[in-house]
Amino acid sequence: MPINYIYPDYEIERDYDKCINCRVCERQCANEAHAYNERRGKMLADSSKCVNCHRCVSLCPTRALKIVRTAHTFRENANWNGQLINEIYKQCDSGGVLLSSMGNPREYPIYFDRLLLNASQVTNPSIDPLREPMETRVSLGAKPDRIERGADGRMVNNLPPRLNLSMPAMFSAMSFGSISYNAHESLARAATELGIYYNTGEGGLHEDFYRYGPNTIVQVASGRFGVHGEYLNAGAAVEIKMGQGAKPGIGGHLPGKKIVGEVSRTRMIPVGSDAISPAPHHDIYSIEDLRQLVFSLKEATAYTKPVIVKIAAVHNVAAIASGIARSGADIIAIDGYRGGTGAAPTRIRDNVGIPIELALAAVDTRLRDERIRDRVSLVAGGSIRSSADLVKAVALGADACYIGTAAVLALGCHLCRSCQEGKCNWGIATQVPELVKRLNPNVGYRRLVNLMNAWNHEIKEIMGGMGINSIESLRGNRLMLRGVGLNEKELSILGVKHAGE
Amino acid sequence: MKRVYVNEQWCLACHLCEYYCAFANQDETDMSTALKGVPIRPNIRVEQLGDVCFAVNCRHCDEPLCVKGCLTGALSVRDGVISIDRDKCVGCCTCVVSCPYGAVTPTEDGVVQKCELCVNTRDGEPLCVKGCPNAAIVWESVVR
Repeated sequence: MPINYIYPDYEIERDYDKCINCRVCERQCANEAHAYNERRGKMLADSSKCVNCHRCVSLCPTRALKIVRTAHTFRENANWNGQLINEIYKQCDSGGVLLSSMGNPREYPIYFDRLLLNASQVTNPSIDPLREPMETRVSLGAKPDRIERGADGRMVNNLPPRLNLSMPAMFSAMSFGSISYNAHESLARAATELGIYYNTGEGGLHEDFYRYGPNTIVQVASGRFGVHGEYLNAGAAVEIKMGQGAKPGIGGHLPGKKIVGEVSRTRMIPVGSDAISPAPHHDIYSIEDLRQLVFSLKEATAYTKPVIVKIAAVHNVAAIASGIARSGADIIAIDGYRGGTGAAPTRIRDNVGIPIELALAAVDTRLRDERIRDRVSLVAGGSIRSSADLVKAVALGADACYIGTAAVLALGCHLCRSCQEGKCNWGIATQVPELVKRLNPNVGYRRLVNLMNAWNHEIKEIMGGMGINSIESLRGNRLMLRGVGLNEKELSILGVKHAGE
Repeated sequence: MKRVYVNEQWCLACHLCEYYCAFANQDETDMSTALKGVPIRPNIRVEQLGDVCFAVNCRHCDEPLCVKGCLTGALSVRDGVISIDRDKCVGCCTCVVSCPYGAVTPTEDGVVQKCELCVNTRDGEPLCVKGCPNAAIVWESVVR
């Protein structure tokens, strides 16, 4: 290589006093960053291969390894930072579109961090969730707007099909193909044990996972991969994916090297062929077209399952949601720009979409103003990082939240954002058998269950502090929120008062 | 009784169990100090051929050939654990050749060594199990 323009962002630091040459780092690095040097009798590392996934760091029995940000720098420039310069160099080498994974990492405002929650003092009692009942169950779907009575005067049950969750959280859509079999099994088993739902994403449902059907949401996206009658009827709900927060307006592309045996069978496409999901659904160019698909899917499932429409949070999200609510959909899922992905063009991920907090508030307000809020439930996703974010999202108007990034973190992900390479050292975003094996679902599902149970405890604690004993009473209850350091416009969109008001 | 079982499906051949085993059987409490620069002699070893890999240690057989073959009574079954009395072992290696799993090994001290389920170590429970990153090695009672 005549000239190497790129210096690695991160460097592997080894404490040779602690290293015992057990070579676990070497064996566990799919990027081959570590190697034992016989001549020098010690482990050496090539930082240029390191993606900073911490697999070696986490497994090193003597804690001899750490990954540090390099001190190497370009001549400082507030406009042209090192990342931009490196990206130019990369594109000069490859001539291609830059790819990235996971959610938008840029320094845009995080409104959840500018919102504070209320608590009871003196005039309204707080509740101790360990002593008194505290309800975090939610039911998603359309609510009937009138009571119907039969000829005998008795009430007729006119409740449309619904999803019943033990807590206001579900695992986001992540397809089998983008994530591994073991990752899917972990999510499915955790959702079943927790009494919530996971989502197949656009990859079909592996035949082994049909038994988790009662806790599965099956997705229908623009590529229609793995969609057939049995699939639609296997889940508890059907989701139409119109968009994804990480890449609004963009389709999907699962590279052929990930379309191996079971993935190919499940997606119903040949081994090694690229799975390309078009940017639009080719049969949807209007709300009326969407309505046709919604009712086709309801027809296919004999009106026994709610239909979710998932959209990315974009500029006109409130008007779009209003249309979707009138299309016959039971649930609208909105995915903010921080939402994750297994691969997206970097420029799209980093520059397209809007924050979920603003989108959610705008949609909830719009649907209330139009008196159609009860026609649909709202599910918010796109970086719900903690139970506090979740509670704030509910207070902004969400019925429940989609948890994606936090769920893969539970499975071992270290947010190295290299999913597009297909060599996930944690066995999540890969189809390489010896890497997939690294995620033992017996361990993975337990960690997911622990995380969600922990969040549920925290949600109850926070609600108790506010004197609220049912999550339903918190939904859209924006008086429980106050903004800090937000301007008038932001506060008005969020429908929240400033702290001190 | 609880035994160490290895689930081949989840073994990653990372060999960490070998190092944790070697560490468990030393008095030194710091792993780096205990193992740095010394060849390890673990009582659990990862066997690998192609894609298949798993860790092997003493199965603590119900009818142990090593105990049957021991000339001096150095090997005995105590509470289901096949234990070794180092004072009695004369290093004849009958147990080494009779063990079908290769789980007993000779040492330079002239006595044999084998897995004793960490009953005499400071942890009191198998460190290979605690240290396995993928729950491939478990310590469980399996009802037969």
